[in-house]
Amino acid sequence: MKKLINTPESVLEDALAGVAAAHPELTVDIPNRVITRTVRPDAPKVALISGGGSGHEPLHGGFVGRGMLDAACPGEVFTSPVPDQMLAAAKAVDSGAGVVFVVKNYTGDVMNFELAAELAAEEGVEVRTVLVNDDVAVEDSTWTAGRRGTGATVLVEKTAGALAERGAPLDEVAALGERVNAASRSFAIALTAATVPAVGRPGFDLPEDEIEVGVGIHGEPGRRREKLRPARELAAEVVETILADHHLTPGDEVIALLNGLGGTPLMELYIAYGEVAARLAQHGITVARSLVGNYVTSLDMAGFSLTLTKADAQLLELWDAPVDTPALKRA
Amino acid sequence: MDFDTPLFDTPLAEAWVRAIAAAVEKEEGRLTELDSAIGDGDHGSNLRRGFAAALTALDGLRPAGPGAVLSKAGTTLISKVGGASGPLYGKAFRAIGAALPGPAGPADLADALAAGLDAVRTLGRAEPGDKTIVDAYTPAVAAFRACAAAGAALPEAAGAAADAAEQGARDTIPLRARKGRASYLGERSIGHQDPGATSTALLFRTLAEVAAG
Repeated sequence: MKKLINTPESVLEDALAGVAAAHPELTVDIPNRVITRTVRPDAPKVALISGGGSGHEPLHGGFVGRGMLDAACPGEVFTSPVPDQMLAAAKAVDSGAGVVFVVKNYTGDVMNFELAAELAAEEGVEVRTVLVNDDVAVEDSTWTAGRRGTGATVLVEKTAGALAERGAPLDEVAALGERVNAASRSFAIALTAATVPAVGRPGFDLPEDEIEVGVGIHGEPGRRREKLRPARELAAEVVETILADHHLTPGDEVIALLNGLGGTPLMELYIAYGEVAARLAQHGITVARSLVGNYVTSLDMAGFSLTLTKADAQLLELWDAPVDTPALKRA
Repeated sequence: MDFDTPLFDTPLAEAWVRAIAAAVEKEEGRLTELDSAIGDGDHGSNLRRGFAAALTALDGLRPAGPGAVLSKAGTTLISKVGGASGPLYGKAFRAIGAALPGPAGPADLADALAAGLDAVRTLGRAEPGDKTIVDAYTPAVAAFRACAAAGAALPEAAGAAADAAEQGARDTIPLRARKGRASYLGERSIGHQDPGATSTALLFRTLAEVAAG
């Protein structure tokens, strides 16, 4: 393992100290592990809180700011935060209009946010939870943990954040978040495994000429292993897999997020995006808005995920609304 | 009551938590290795962190009974661990603790352990066969209860529970995971022992060891 760290034990604290130093517009409560906006919104508004394991930066701390999240709760690396963190965050940012928890569908995240929602309710904070489960790599049934939450989290946080900024009530913000999740599907391919600092070696062994298809964002292997192929073929497979699950028809518009998993150069992400856009065009699907870059990473994993969200006028307007966060800005 | 039978009392509860902390520290590598195969490789480090925090929380605590010890340990796990194992083991220990207001004989401890199992099943929505903690915990409670009903003493019942939990953990090897992060692997989760069932077996083995004195 060759990493820019001090000690494996202090990775999270040291990273949070860096976030605090780099971003005066964020307030970082290191003992409680809560990141909030330094300047609070003027008027009472629904507060958006998200969180999850660290290692997915900029998710979620990088999306705290005007037009997106009010607070983020980072857990240990690839481990969900604890309920105390979400409770501290809820108490810090609730202005009386209630709180929306944006939760990725991983067993640990779901349980800890569930406990946090109970605790917050006991303290008089009204809470709604939006569960993000966009990953089509996972076979979904009532007998499984269900689909993972991945890239669509960014779209939910952006659009629901914009709606909350306009003063929409709690139920409306939560409903919008659920609608965006339902309109979104994602799929990912990994070229290498991630190395968790505390473990010190890659989460799985992947030969030089092989890839994992259908990975998540926690270093866990995907649904199958294949030979590496040109970007054109990988992009095509990702698009086809999503379209097989997403009822898009020619003429539909989408918001496309081509997301890097942390270890792939932006140039390669653009290569993949170019192929994705061409493939979608062949299907008659219009990319109304796109975002290419590292937004939901998996530490140093090489590879990418694609998220397609079926768009309509309201979603596009909310997507275009001003946002001012470390990782996403729009005037 | 048969006063020759050792009771699960406050010192024994404290000894159990200390023994778990020592065991998860010793077995951290093995738990992490199992978790790397089908999860995300942090089960060992998370439990080590959680039980170390539980020991700190017990320092200076004057517990009202064995239940207070376990409740405090459970609350600490929920506050410090995160992931799935924090809430699951945390809720379990809180439920076991709530069912033990005072020193308990084998039958009462069986009921308390069963309350812990209920808490895990409710929170995790897991059934036997899903390849989780429940696969080790369920046979352990059954074995403990059967021994207690037959009039066995605490060490004997705990020993039977530990054996059953270890067998239950081994029995997860051929299963396909339906809950937790291993479920994302589908067929590829087959052939690996579940890390959660393994740590549960460790918890019951330490109970047997401290009960045996």
